[in-house]
Amino acid sequence: MQVKAARCLRRDKCPDRQFRTGESPVADTNQGAPSLYAAREPIFPRRVSGKFRNLKWILMLVLLGIYYITPWIRWDRGPALPDQAVLVDLAHRRFFFFMIEIWPHEFYFVAGLLIMAGLGLFLFTSALGRVWCGYACPQTVWTDLFILVERWIEGDRNARLRLHRQKRWDLTKLRLRLTKWLAWLLIALATGGAWVFYFTDAPTLLSGLATGTAHPVAYTTIALLTATTFVFGGFAREQICIYACPWPRIQAAMMDEDTLTVGYRDWRGEPRGKHRKAEGAGQLGDCIDCHACVNVCPMGIDIRDGQQLACITCALCIDACDDVMDRVGKPRGLIDYLALSDEASERSGKPPRPIWKHVFRPRVLVYTALWALVGVGLLVALLLRPEIEMTVAPVRNPTFVVLSDGSVRNTYDVRLLNKHGEDRPFRLSLVEGGTLALTLEGAPATTVTVTANQTHLQRVYVTAPQGTAQAQAERTAVTLRVEDMSSGDIATEATVFNGRDN
Amino acid sequence: MSDPKKNDDSDYETTGHSWDGIKEYNKPLPRWWVTVFYITIIWGIGYSIAYPAWPGIRTATAGVMGWSTRANVAAEIEAQEAALAPINDRLASVELSQIATDPDLNGFAQNAGGAVFRTWCAQCHGSGAAGAKGYPNLLDDDWLWGGTMEDIHTTITHGIRNTDDPDARYSEMPAFGRDGLLEREQIGQVVNYVLDLAGEAPQDPSQVSAGATVFADNCAACHGEDGTGDRMQGAPNLTDAIWLYGGDYASLHETVTNARFGVMPNWNTRLSEAEIRAVASYVHGLGGGEMSE
Repeated sequence: MQVKAARCLRRDKCPDRQFRTGESPVADTNQGAPSLYAAREPIFPRRVSGKFRNLKWILMLVLLGIYYITPWIRWDRGPALPDQAVLVDLAHRRFFFFMIEIWPHEFYFVAGLLIMAGLGLFLFTSALGRVWCGYACPQTVWTDLFILVERWIEGDRNARLRLHRQKRWDLTKLRLRLTKWLAWLLIALATGGAWVFYFTDAPTLLSGLATGTAHPVAYTTIALLTATTFVFGGFAREQICIYACPWPRIQAAMMDEDTLTVGYRDWRGEPRGKHRKAEGAGQLGDCIDCHACVNVCPMGIDIRDGQQLACITCALCIDACDDVMDRVGKPRGLIDYLALSDEASERSGKPPRPIWKHVFRPRVLVYTALWALVGVGLLVALLLRPEIEMTVAPVRNPTFVVLSDGSVRNTYDVRLLNKHGEDRPFRLSLVEGGTLALTLEGAPATTVTVTANQTHLQRVYVTAPQGTAQAQAERTAVTLRVEDMSSGDIATEATVFNGRDN
Repeated sequence: MSDPKKNDDSDYETTGHSWDGIKEYNKPLPRWWVTVFYITIIWGIGYSIAYPAWPGIRTATAGVMGWSTRANVAAEIEAQEAALAPINDRLASVELSQIATDPDLNGFAQNAGGAVFRTWCAQCHGSGAAGAKGYPNLLDDDWLWGGTMEDIHTTITHGIRNTDDPDARYSEMPAFGRDGLLEREQIGQVVNYVLDLAGEAPQDPSQVSAGATVFADNCAACHGEDGTGDRMQGAPNLTDAIWLYGGDYASLHETVTNARFGVMPNWNTRLSEAEIRAVASYVHGLGGGEMSE
């Protein structure tokens, strides 16, 4: 497998002469500068079938299903909390994911998930190359869907090519184009529409959208995402991958010679040739130069040119080539998942190495271990998460107050968190307070009711009677304790009591 | 590509500069860049006509859009006040005792009152409301004129001993020494008695009993026979641990000799009723607030 020089990303974009010979496209130096612009050649991928195509259909169904259906899954959390299974409630600073509820101060879970996503990409890239690009990237999935719709409406590759080359806008062309654009627009609208449901109660928002009473931000977001989906999936397509996305560039740094990627066994295929019955046909390799691999490629490249930046490793060329090899009676795998290191070993006559030998390498195992470590850490943190929490901020302006009977009082701003779906009574007390007495502002007893799913800021007083050690000392360590009277959960928080010597 | 000379894009002129054989092409700027550059110039001209832009001697051009940051701020303040008008109206109209029992109203009053306090009251009473010598500490449980919501509300509304509000709380302690009402010796006696009353060590215990007579004749009318004060007249309780002007012998001697006359302005001319009620709730909630009878 050769690695193509980066000068021309795609054969169809390079001026032909330059691509083949390396000559400057303009011979005469005094004739002015050559154009630095090349117009995009539209791509019309042919329909293909095979195991990778089937895998991509299944993945498309699953991924789009998750995206469109998730906001509509209900999850009962009690009357005070939203019953949407997955909800990013930005207005109230809460994130709901089935049985898990994340408060803003627990954002480290999200940070941890992002680290896992990052390590996951490293892991998959070092093992399987650009598997993300080829199968799971939204750009790929939606482009695939748009191409499918295009094929349904305008026909397969040849019909679409004919329609494209037809200069005259007759009624048929107009009808086909308008139908296609309308279908795309509806998909784009559903895509942009589904996004906003993740951020507020989906049924409420849907009725709001339908009656025109939803928040303007919802409409703006939908409009924006509809436009980007329509343009990216319908028109920009592979150009996003080649020119806009940083991932193909980062990829090069993370792949090595043992990374699996889609490749062409040129040692088996070359020299390629169509005319199998012609003179000297015995010298030819297995490639019959039928261009099946080129015709099905959504990126418009020729995989036989070697590994290249524009290849998203969607493996559709493997399906196309395997089909042709079956028909001409040659073994499958002329185009296959290969690693760069396979070329040397296969050229020397060794049999192809099994997939697992490519995948189970120290580098991949290290990535897997790191990824799993973060995952287990997050899981442990999630399971050990306290049921109730409080924060205590001693009021230091002033540090203490002397009351009329000579006793010394300290004030604490205590923030209590009720993460439950119903109001709960919280009782505050001191751990081994001795003569210290605890009272609350605005409440006769030491119990305060915290509203469901809210924090409550409570002013707490601790008083030391006149003459006691705590009243006289500079400071004494004290521990506040809060008990959830419904569940018996307890949280404690250490703080200090300032006396007259402070 | 195999021949590096062929790869040299010699179609372009160079600038003539050469560093170690490295030459610089003299390529034209990209057309899109030049286009954007001219668009920004046109945009800039339009902008400077539409918005305030060109400085003059005293002021700048106003721009045809009539845009002004001051007007924007004024509009924002007006919008904010309009948004708060309903709850402010409610705060100003309910019974004083109802504010604490309504969670919405109480939450609003505490926050708004805190802002009012830090703006208007903190200069004397301190940002933490701990007061200073001559300016009462609002955190403790000792009140000169009463610590219920109603008392605090009246104090803030009309102030104390000011000349601007006829309804201001008023009382005046005689300057017993300066005005010759008491002999210097008698003042020493009564100060010793007051120290004893407050549970502190008198400077000269032998004068305490003589001081008791002086106190009964001159002080008990306002401070009470037992010295616990009278809130109707703002006469401090002399038996507790809290002193507004200091509880040592010298400070008390000074107080009895020259008297004290603490003044607080009336706020009804500067704050709205809602703001007064908000800051009254805030002060009441600082730890010393008393319940109404």
